Amino acid sequence: MKPRDATRRSFLGTGALAGAAWTACTAPEAEAPAEPDQPSSLGTPVSRYGQRSPYEKAARGVRESQTPEAASSRTPLDQTYGIITPSALHFERHHAGVPEVDPATHKLLIHGLVDRPMAFSVDDIKRLPSVSRVHFVECSGNSGGEWSPAGAPTVALSHGLASCSEWTGVPLRILLEEAGIQPEAKWILAEGADACLMQRSATLEKALEEGLVAYGQNGEAIRPEQGYPMRLILPGWEGNTNVKWLRRIKLTAGPQYVKDETSKYTELMEDGTAWIFTFEMDAKSVITAPSGGHTIDGPGFLEISGLAWSGRGKITQAEVSTDAGQTWAEAELQTPVYSKAFTRFRLPWEWDGSETVLLSRCRDESGYLQPGRAELIEERGRKSAYHCNRIKAWRIAADGSVTNAEA
Amino acid sequence: MLKPSLLSVSILLGLGAAVVSAQSYGVGRSASAEEVAAWDVTIGPEGHELPEGSGTAKDGAQVYEVRCKECHGEEGVGGDHAALIGNPAQLKETPPVKTVGSYWPYATTLFDYTRRAMPFEEPGTLTADQVYAVTAYVLYLNGLVGEDDVLDRESLPQVVMPNREGFVRDPR
Repeated sequence: MKPRDATRRSFLGTGALAGAAWTACTAPEAEAPAEPDQPSSLGTPVSRYGQRSPYEKAARGVRESQTPEAASSRTPLDQTYGIITPSALHFERHHAGVPEVDPATHKLLIHGLVDRPMAFSVDDIKRLPSVSRVHFVECSGNSGGEWSPAGAPTVALSHGLASCSEWTGVPLRILLEEAGIQPEAKWILAEGADACLMQRSATLEKALEEGLVAYGQNGEAIRPEQGYPMRLILPGWEGNTNVKWLRRIKLTAGPQYVKDETSKYTELMEDGTAWIFTFEMDAKSVITAPSGGHTIDGPGFLEISGLAWSGRGKITQAEVSTDAGQTWAEAELQTPVYSKAFTRFRLPWEWDGSETVLLSRCRDESGYLQPGRAELIEERGRKSAYHCNRIKAWRIAADGSVTNAEA
Repeated sequence: MLKPSLLSVSILLGLGAAVVSAQSYGVGRSASAEEVAAWDVTIGPEGHELPEGSGTAKDGAQVYEVRCKECHGEEGVGGDHAALIGNPAQLKETPPVKTVGSYWPYATTLFDYTRRAMPFEEPGTLTADQVYAVTAYVLYLNGLVGEDDVLDRESLPQVVMPNREGFVRDPR
């Protein structure tokens, strides 16, 4: 396993939580190899469930909390590749801890304005026609710190309450139609099997168009932290509506105005009124490499890479500025581009070693362009804690250190 | 109820028939009324689903002392967790103060949340009478009901929260 050649190679450092080191280094030139060309002993045997390399240390960011059962952990976005977030690194936001749910006894109850209330076991759900779709889930509080000019120092802290998975499950439409939707039904209330019976209202229209009762995540059963044995996926809508440990759906004439959709996930305006049912996540992008906490080891070639996503459909364009916003270059989008999913963008770059600021912005298929902080505040004011999607800027110092910079 | 077989559904699909959405797969089972009632804890803004029971702020002060004060503070302020007391004028402060009194649009949904999600470490353990009482106490501390007012399924929906009209649909 010798280096292919003496070109610059880059690799990710390991101390994600302590401030990741992102280093480009020069391979030794034509020196005698430090290791033999061929291993002299056998490796480990086959195993029943794989583990990552002991050299890999990427971990969710967890902050101290008095109530760790009602807290969040953040995806280290700068230590994931492509568009899929490893299930073990998918962000968490729980309200009453992760329940242990036995799939043998779990059921999904569908009732309310239906012709016949129905109960589905996990096995029932798995008999029905399934689909697999790649979608992001993002807490609407993600990037909340970016409302302030200071912003967060690392991409995990600034954008890590978003993750992307391939979800497999049954279209919710099928389950609702099994129960028979009555004409007066216009909304649903979804409830989880956690200790607080977390609930959110959503429109029946969304449930029928795109709702998914998912039991698979990235090729295996959904992780307990993500809602095992089944969760609701409402693509592109704020994370809290994607109810985990889904156990009940009630069809109703109107929304229920439950705690999380009134006292929490609403957008307070400067005049004291608040926007309610702000379901869609606006288009957002962020450069993940290089990003805050990394150190670039000297000038030369460096691929700039990042993620873009929108709750309104496909990302159509991602642009990167390497000169603090004076000029913008079109980044290449990884294909296929999925709707309401992470989209990886990449731009080759030659760093000349001078101080500069990197920014990214994206556009979605609705035509919406990711705003700067000033534009966002002009529209929303400064009282909203949620739905912050402003452009994020990273400053690169002459010594290669990367820190947060005001956009 | 007659349920067509999967075969007939697939035949319809093969024909591209628009009626396929009305077909049943015959999977799942009917849920009994008792089964639904046991899980249907939903209480909407109008409060039609409120349970039997009642309580006053005076009763609720005792419940609050034992089950709530540790997190929410003496008389609903100064705790390590959500403050409960305020008025809508505080929404214009920087930072805004969002509390039951300043922000919540309905008293009925305060009952709903308290019943299923509080106390944090023992959710769902308060009786209906205790939830009515502690709801009354929090509303009393906000100046919205009297200390001896009896809250029950009839009177609780009559309480008009100060920020009732404060929410507008997302205009984006």
